[in-house]
Amino acid sequence: MSESSLILEEPLRGGQTWSRVLHRGHTLRLTDVEGGAAVAALFYNAEEPSERYNMPDTLKAQHIARLTAGFVLYSDMGRVLCSVTQDSVGWHDTITGHATAAHGRAKFGEGSYQQLRNDWYRNTRDNFLVELGKYDLGKRDIVANLNFFVKVVVDGQGGLGFVPGHSKAGDYVELRSEMNTLVVLSNTPHPLDPSKTYAPKPVALTVRAGAPAGPEDPCRLSRPENGRGFTLTESYFAGRAQA
Amino acid sequence: MTLLESKLDPAQAVFDQVVLAGDGFTHVVKRGQVFRIVDLEGNQAADTLFYDAHAPENRYSAVDTVREQGNIYLTTGTRLMSLDGDVLMTIVADTCGRHDTLGGACAAESNQVRYALEKKYMHACRDTFLLQCACHTRDLTKKDITANVNFFMNVPVTPEGKLTFEDGVSGPGRYVEMRAERDVRVLISNCPQLNNPCNGYNPTPVRVLIWDAH
Repeated sequence: MSESSLILEEPLRGGQTWSRVLHRGHTLRLTDVEGGAAVAALFYNAEEPSERYNMPDTLKAQHIARLTAGFVLYSDMGRVLCSVTQDSVGWHDTITGHATAAHGRAKFGEGSYQQLRNDWYRNTRDNFLVELGKYDLGKRDIVANLNFFVKVVVDGQGGLGFVPGHSKAGDYVELRSEMNTLVVLSNTPHPLDPSKTYAPKPVALTVRAGAPAGPEDPCRLSRPENGRGFTLTESYFAGRAQA
Repeated sequence: MTLLESKLDPAQAVFDQVVLAGDGFTHVVKRGQVFRIVDLEGNQAADTLFYDAHAPENRYSAVDTVREQGNIYLTTGTRLMSLDGDVLMTIVADTCGRHDTLGGACAAESNQVRYALEKKYMHACRDTFLLQCACHTRDLTKKDITANVNFFMNVPVTPEGKLTFEDGVSGPGRYVEMRAERDVRVLISNCPQLNNPCNGYNPTPVRVLIWDAH
């Protein structure tokens, strides 16, 4: 992809929240700068935010319990919000949710702003509420989220196992927006990470312009379900000036 | 899987109703009351959501429930958690042994994705949820419909991260019973799905019962 397609390059510090409407065809790359990153994410149709990322529909349409390249993020309306086009990590969690202030206090202690200024212990729930509030969205818009760079495996009895050190320095994941998608990120510790030290790692964000999935796109062809998901998404945009 | 029977007698229940396949149900279960769902004919899916009756945005959260108990399957002992980390219900008896909370509910749109574009006309759980919210609650809308419990459904996950839909582990007369830890609105869609072999392509009735605190 040419340099001219670059729209935005910016850091996502540990503890920070971020949001942007990622227009149809645009890509967002998240790079784990030092290794051990964890970024919680929510996705909405920016034009009608009651349409939002749906964890169960994403899992059952693709018979998966994790996300990686070749899979897509479904909304509750049978449409593809984003495709995962590139991934050096191999597993991103979406079944274990995110931490609240209570989790943070129990694990890390108080970590107030008064004491620590902008290194204070921010948590994912509060970050989501802040960032969603900027779009007049709130608690009722919080659903099962995606956890980039996080791996939690399920054993034969259904038990969960957090995999430490899953993502390495330089690892990345790239999304392509298939709708005009509001992406909300929070770079805050995952609740199953056993570390007692509050130390969310820096992440680099890159947004580029591009085109939505073409006819031979691997995410479209990966399963017949996804072919139908893209058909429904294209039907939603049919007849608009810029499809 | 450990099965645990209840000592409660259906003749003593203060509420007893059959919910036909494709129908919805909503009711506020008071703190301390015990709520039972019976799979009358076997391998049915009862898609169920829970809300704090006095603060409905504090609603059932599948991912919080799974993470806090460290296991994806729901059974006796499972605490059904809310978004705020409160316990809404505790499962106190279970003769099925395993219930799903990752597979979600069917919708006209997800049926199109999963099965065929022509399936849009078919009745689906999300329609039932929306109609129940519109007609029988003052405060619930689409925003409040999130990842639900599928009582009696078996949706295993493999260590490689695959999700599979297996034959049910339920059977005729099996039930799951839960105690309300606060006043909880229960919202059920008795799943009308005709495209999934889980229920033998034959959706069937469930029975719901409530006992007062004892």
